[in-house]
Amino acid sequence: MSTVNQSTVNRREFLEIAGAGLLIVATAPISDAQRGSDAQRGGGAGTLETRLHVGEDGFITVLSGKVEEGQGALTELAMAAAEELRVPLDRVRMVMGDTDQTPNDGGTSGSTTTPRTAPLVRRAAATARELLLATAGRQFGQQFPVDAAARLEVRDGAVQYAGKKYGYADLARSPELAAAYKEALPANTTVTPAKDWQLLGKPQVRLDIRELVTGAHRFPSDIVRPGMLYGRVLRAPSYGAALGSVDLSEARKMPGVTAVREGDFVACAAPTTFAARKALAAISTTARWKTVEQPSSDDLFGYLKQHAKPQERPQAPGRGSVEKGLAEARTRLKASYQVPYVQHAPMEPRAAVAEWQDGRLTVWTGTSNPASVRQQLAGTFGVAPDRVRVVVPHFGGGFGGKHTGEAATEAARLAKETAHPVAVQWTRAEEFTWAYFRPAALIEIEAGLDAGNAISAWDFTNYNSGASALDTPYRIPNTRARFVASDPPLRQSSYRVLAATANNFAREAFTDELAEAAGKDPLEFRLSHLDNERIRNVLNAATQRFGWVERRKKRRPGTGIGLACGTEKNSVVAACCEVEVDRASGAPRLIEVVQAFECGAILNPANLRSQVEGCVMMGVGPALREEILFQDGKLTNARFATYRVPRFRDVPKLDVILLDRKDLESAGAGETPIIAIAPAIANAVFDATGKRVHSMPIRAPRG
Amino acid sequence: MATIRLSVNGKARSVDTEPERPLLEVLREDLGLTGTKYGCGEGQCGSCTVLLDGKPTVSCVTAVRAAEGRKIVTIEGLAEGGTLHPVQQAFLDEGAVQCGYCTPGMVLQTVALLENHPKPTDAQIVDGLNGHLCRCSDYQRIMAAVRRAAAATGKKG
Repeated sequence: MSTVNQSTVNRREFLEIAGAGLLIVATAPISDAQRGSDAQRGGGAGTLETRLHVGEDGFITVLSGKVEEGQGALTELAMAAAEELRVPLDRVRMVMGDTDQTPNDGGTSGSTTTPRTAPLVRRAAATARELLLATAGRQFGQQFPVDAAARLEVRDGAVQYAGKKYGYADLARSPELAAAYKEALPANTTVTPAKDWQLLGKPQVRLDIRELVTGAHRFPSDIVRPGMLYGRVLRAPSYGAALGSVDLSEARKMPGVTAVREGDFVACAAPTTFAARKALAAISTTARWKTVEQPSSDDLFGYLKQHAKPQERPQAPGRGSVEKGLAEARTRLKASYQVPYVQHAPMEPRAAVAEWQDGRLTVWTGTSNPASVRQQLAGTFGVAPDRVRVVVPHFGGGFGGKHTGEAATEAARLAKETAHPVAVQWTRAEEFTWAYFRPAALIEIEAGLDAGNAISAWDFTNYNSGASALDTPYRIPNTRARFVASDPPLRQSSYRVLAATANNFAREAFTDELAEAAGKDPLEFRLSHLDNERIRNVLNAATQRFGWVERRKKRRPGTGIGLACGTEKNSVVAACCEVEVDRASGAPRLIEVVQAFECGAILNPANLRSQVEGCVMMGVGPALREEILFQDGKLTNARFATYRVPRFRDVPKLDVILLDRKDLESAGAGETPIIAIAPAIANAVFDATGKRVHSMPIRAPRG
Repeated sequence: MATIRLSVNGKARSVDTEPERPLLEVLREDLGLTGTKYGCGEGQCGSCTVLLDGKPTVSCVTAVRAAEGRKIVTIEGLAEGGTLHPVQQAFLDEGAVQCGYCTPGMVLQTVALLENHPKPTDAQIVDGLNGHLCRCSDYQRIMAAVRRAAAATGKKG
């Protein structure tokens, strides 16, 4: 139990610890200026008070606008603070993703928590530690006429000198802390170098795991408020369909049901989900829609090329002249690659609870962008942003798919209309259909080999899916890499590592074709074009563990081995795999994967291993089976029964190697480890069948 | 509407409700047991798994009346006092949780699996858990947790 007396402590909030969770019982919104303005760079919090609270019980509360969605940010940021404060991890409490309480650290995306937010937390914590040292030194100095501060150090949250002890609990009561809270964080605070870490760099189980294994944790879909109703929203039967007429009268006769229409927004709220579902069914049968013609997944790649909008997006820097390089090449090859739409399908579909009170709106929801959802809600309802609070409890998976706040807006509309708190949780079919998709990609590559069988020209064009990892990491004198936007037939946006998966799939599959044309082993061919020492290291680590050289010599019939590597977001990855290909269907079965990954100095090896293993298995989905199918504006496989994500049966023998580079800055790790598995499988399928793979989901071409 | 009498986590509970309502929604909305999760509504993902007379059951497609007179165990009913069930402890020790949304279903399925196969082979673990989805794809770690739980309960038994 920890309380801070608001009348004596000059703090904007008043914290009370109740049970396992942190309950903020009184708050005053902080201004955007106080929150800091560098949110885009992964961290707000210009002052200590917006980042860190030192309690009179000696506990430290760390504030971050980042959110926890299973990726391990909560534990990592707590470790970062505990490391610098020299306190055990259980003395640190985290408050995350609450627009009234936390600094705007930008969206939880782009692998920014580790390289940008964790250093800011470390700096704030180091500032508090230095303050403790200085204050303790002065305290001791009054009693001991020595140069105390110079010889003091913080251990276990306290400074000890000649039998006297001064700790964070004492600091919390000191006027020095109250003053320091207001000052800008010094830029030159020394953080602990990786080689001296006591806590960071060691495996740590996630701090909130007990609540997760007991079912006690309240995910956004588990939030319950007094008098809360359950909402359901009417969806169009197909993309682009406009609502003509609808009759709400039958639904309104049902007990406890409120039905609303505002333009195309039609929804109902009821005392139970069951009643809401029945009411929506009654509404749905009366709805008349005007449909419009929509493209189908059968014509997808032709459609993307036909609707290309060249030269509007950033390009990777080119080298030399591609035209000249190709003209002078001894051998020229070209290929095109197709990656369909896929869905994130997090286990927890979009969910929100909204509550209006005295013109203030509070929404609990699962989003990676609490600050922008707050802005969006303020705009939608015409209220000042400081009248809107968005709280993001640890939610059930995002993978880049929850940057938006659809359920939040829907719940808030219904809550306003009914004057009750309202919960909206999307059904699985809604999550498949109306959440945004990972963009489909059409990728065209042409390359040339010179007389020495080195790649001399490389021309790469991505249609529609994006510019992430667009450029080749290989040493090639003449290159051009382009991203050409298209007019996407489906709503598309972020997904774990964005277009890097598609770009690396095409690049690494094609690199194997070039290796074959050059008469070289795929590993040897890559190494002969690689200057990036970090990629070479992971490639060597993975192939040595896998036994690449020996296994290339003795192959089993019907099976094949393949490898791939890549880099993105300042981390590097390489994978080797073995597959067995079904002769009749051409479908590969994954037998074994060895993947090596390196992201600088490892902060939490236990979490990193989970992220890397999870990325491999998540990447196996689109590589082998996942593909969104659509026709006439409707998805035809918007169910787990027909959209086949990886299951336990799909898990191969999986070996993950983590390279720790204490000499390098820590980079994020929740994304890049997904990019090597698909091309490694494609290359293994060629090894098994002699047939080149040019699309996902991967099948050995027949004939 | 009907009065349905349920035994949930060893306690007698009575709810006035439509008998065809999914057990999942009654547990969550009427009894406040939100540890059981909605994942797909068609029994394809296992997030809503509870034990009915010890048998893992997808509560999203089970009408509440079908649970009448049977012993229901949800994730909230596993720990005794402050002591975690050995399966929960194994998931915790193994760190076999990322977002954790699938965890209650996985844990309950594992409890039932170990009843039938106290020393399961990897193939039995895969067969037993294959109906459960984890989109964080932490399957490798979950399998390790199941092995750890089997070892722990085996020692005690």
